[in-house]
Amino acid sequence: MWGSRKRLNRKPIEGDVRIPSGCAVSGIMNKKGKLFSGETIIQSISIMRDRSNGLGGGFAAYGIYPDYKDFYALHMFFESEENQREVELYLKENFLVEKGERIPTRKVPVILDSPIIYRYFIKPRAEICEDVCMTPDEFMVRQVMFINSSFEGAYVSSSGKNMGAFKGVGYPEDIGEFYDLESYKGYLWTAHGRFPTNTPGWWGGAHPFTLLDWSVVHNGEISSYGTNRRYLEEFEYECSLQTDTEAATYLFDMLLRRHRLPLETACQVLAPPFWEEIERMPEKEKETARALRMVYGKGLLNGPFSIILGSTNGMVAINDRIKLRPLVAAEQGDMLYVASEEAAIIEVCACPSKVWTPRAGQPVIGRLEEVDSWVSVC
Amino acid sequence: MKVLDAHKLSYRELNDIIKEEAPREKEIKIKNLRGQRYIGGTLKEGCTLYLDGIPGNDLASFMNGAHIVVSGNAQDGVGNTMNKGEIVIHGHAGDIMGYAMRGGEIYVKTDVGYRVGIHMKEFGEQIPMLIIGGSAGNFLGEYMAGGVIIVLGIGDSPEESIGNFCGTGMHGGRIYIRGEVPAFKFGKEVKEAAMEEEDYRLLKDKIKKYCKYFDYPMKKINLEDFHKYVPIGSRPYGNLYAY
Repeated sequence: MWGSRKRLNRKPIEGDVRIPSGCAVSGIMNKKGKLFSGETIIQSISIMRDRSNGLGGGFAAYGIYPDYKDFYALHMFFESEENQREVELYLKENFLVEKGERIPTRKVPVILDSPIIYRYFIKPRAEICEDVCMTPDEFMVRQVMFINSSFEGAYVSSSGKNMGAFKGVGYPEDIGEFYDLESYKGYLWTAHGRFPTNTPGWWGGAHPFTLLDWSVVHNGEISSYGTNRRYLEEFEYECSLQTDTEAATYLFDMLLRRHRLPLETACQVLAPPFWEEIERMPEKEKETARALRMVYGKGLLNGPFSIILGSTNGMVAINDRIKLRPLVAAEQGDMLYVASEEAAIIEVCACPSKVWTPRAGQPVIGRLEEVDSWVSVC
Repeated sequence: MKVLDAHKLSYRELNDIIKEEAPREKEIKIKNLRGQRYIGGTLKEGCTLYLDGIPGNDLASFMNGAHIVVSGNAQDGVGNTMNKGEIVIHGHAGDIMGYAMRGGEIYVKTDVGYRVGIHMKEFGEQIPMLIIGGSAGNFLGEYMAGGVIIVLGIGDSPEESIGNFCGTGMHGGRIYIRGEVPAFKFGKEVKEAAMEEEDYRLLKDKIKKYCKYFDYPMKKINLEDFHKYVPIGSRPYGNLYAY
């Protein structure tokens, strides 16, 4: 497919073949930042097994690396040891590598053909960042793009601080067992069960898609992918994983971190009101809504989607403008739950104090109580 | 009454048990449902299912006469292509409830999601009916070809009781909504029609049942407040593909 310079001796992946197909998403957070084991999110997503087909499952977990919280945790897939050596050499040149280790996995009979899975706790070298006039975050973003698009057989599965993505080909509950997620503790977890639309499942193509500490799990199909992707290229984001969800992740990063839009505004860019709704708005709102549609027209995500964005500071769940995919939310004490189906919430929270189905394009926002901004400046 | 525990059963296992038990049991209670799909699918009259927990998508799809009572909420696709029977939901229901429904009645205590009643149809005595206690999302009665939708809007203002694009593509059936709803909420294919004697009779009958099922005081609902919406024509897109 265009854009990707990599051609590997491997099975066909995203973009090589089209397979028509639903998905399942689930997100759970504690608004006070209290940690809980990955067991809960596995239980929740496993209820929606029939929404997936075993061709992709994954989790994003926040708060799992408190001992390395000042380092970027780079989760990597390698197709061979040679691919790994090349990337490691590159990392040593550009980063302080505090630790590099194999991510512990268990043998699960149904999980086959796993790549080499490693994590590195790294910091960009200060003198290099200064040289290229970049903040460490910006430097990190460029490196993730560079590794994904230029190194053979090497894919970044996550690159944020004190967080990580754990994904692969299989049903999500099996992937959870494979990575032994019960032994991790986080304050925010998201999960995805995949039923690949359009393309085959492969390890790099499983959700969540991440950049820095942003992670996106997505049910649906973004038909504006081509427009979004070309728009993102203007801002030097390279979509190389050939999946529409990747574009959604980079859009969030651009709108929230680089353009510093308030979260609600960023959500309005992705799922804006119809022009006729804008006409009925009060004058000031109308002006803002019009301006957003004009400036960020190419950031509109068209097509059916329900998306959960995870970040260090909280999570956001949002639907497309005409609600072509399901989304249910619930609260109980400090816990916020969102999922494709209510059953997946009730399995882990028998009596929520409130259950609701958000209206189209209306974000459900769970913010960590201690933070006042969505973007930590770095 | 037969009691089943559905927890950890797949939808296939559970539905196989229900189909086996239904011909000889008048009442079956199913506890701990966790999103199992197609409960009550194709089930004939003579059996009532009492459901606890969350029944999954496409509850009562193609159901043909049985009765279902859900103690709490239901998910998407309730009554998909249902032919006959009755469903009473003591909570909310999700999107596309009554999709392509051909007969029978569904009562929902509170709100329903998007595209409810999409492409419902009727023929002769077979008239499907949806009675919604709370509010409905956008595209209520989209492409509706027949049947009846009644929205009580309890707890909501009339404007909030339905979403936008109500009745888009509608070419049969009728929608009754309590209170004045602004015109922009409706699709281009819908017009308001005068309420007649027979409309009041129908409303009275169905609302009485709603009040009985959910223990709501009938006197709080004034039949005079209802407005009736019908399609402008039977072939709204007749010219669209003809050139």
